[in-house]
Amino acid sequence: MNFYIYVTVMAVVTYLIRVVPLVLMNREIKNTFIKSFLYYVPYAALASMTFPAILFSTTELAAAVAGLAVAIFMAFREKGLLLVALGACVTVFIIEQGMALLL
Amino acid sequence: MTNKIAKGMKDAIPICAGYLAVGFTFGMAAAAQGIGAGGAALISATNLTSAGQFAGLTVIAAAAPYFEMALTQLVINLRYALMALSLSQKLEPGTGRLQRCVIAFGITDEAFALVSTQEGKVSKYYIYGVMSVCIASWTAGTFFGAVASSALPLAVSSALGIAIYGMFLAIIIPPAKKERSIAAVILIAIVLSSALYFLPGLKEISPGFAIIICTVLASAVGAVIHPIREEEVNP
Repeated sequence: MNFYIYVTVMAVVTYLIRVVPLVLMNREIKNTFIKSFLYYVPYAALASMTFPAILFSTTELAAAVAGLAVAIFMAFREKGLLLVALGACVTVFIIEQGMALLL
Repeated sequence: MTNKIAKGMKDAIPICAGYLAVGFTFGMAAAAQGIGAGGAALISATNLTSAGQFAGLTVIAAAAPYFEMALTQLVINLRYALMALSLSQKLEPGTGRLQRCVIAFGITDEAFALVSTQEGKVSKYYIYGVMSVCIASWTAGTFFGAVASSALPLAVSSALGIAIYGMFLAIIIPPAKKERSIAAVILIAIVLSSALYFLPGLKEISPGFAIIICTVLASAVGAVIHPIREEEVNP
């Protein structure tokens, strides 16, 4: 088994998945259902990628929950992407450091 | 044109932070499998996908047949086909075939999140800006992770792990406040995704495939209960 063949197989399959729909679908879709479906795809995809994965994205579950709460609060206040991401990171860092000190 | 590239690069800064951290983790994982820093960076530069690459590592470690590698990538990364289909409707008219071939390489969960939620049609230059930051940070993160397997303190890499998700929330929550149908779709997706993750039997489904199932079901429900009118698609 050759490392470079593995990498080539991985790269080719992954690229084909991305390129085929993008190149073949080069006209505007007219069907209302499909248009509506594709309109909702980003929100559905991002929501299902975030939950429940966000809970296991840090070392401590409690820190992830706190980070999640801060991120939701800041996103509700319509802070920018970078601020919300940073807010979640800083929260996780503080909680995890605090837990390390106390426990 | 330069403006759009610069805006894409600037908007991708949160992605950059996340990719450096997760790429770093991938580099460390690859090093643990005996893959050198050059090889690990090669995987990241040519694949640009986190879940698929982590799964690929286990396939390589098991010295499994090439066919199995192809199948694993297909299942885990099939969600990109859905995203590519969605993006095909977002590109500015006149985006040529060759340009689509370039753009396709840059479709990742995070880049898609950024590009697909822009108002109206999106310029290829904006996407090139986003892509360049993604590829550079993902590959660099991987390289450094493999070189210095324990350089980044655990506390820092753990805190950076949540960055991507914070960004996702910042993208989906503001529009959900304005449109109840979007909020409904998000809630359905969360319930389904959690069910697939926690319920016995269902958790055998691979994460990549679970995202496809949740996305298709939640979006279909949204399209049925609240079909969008023409002017909402082309503001």
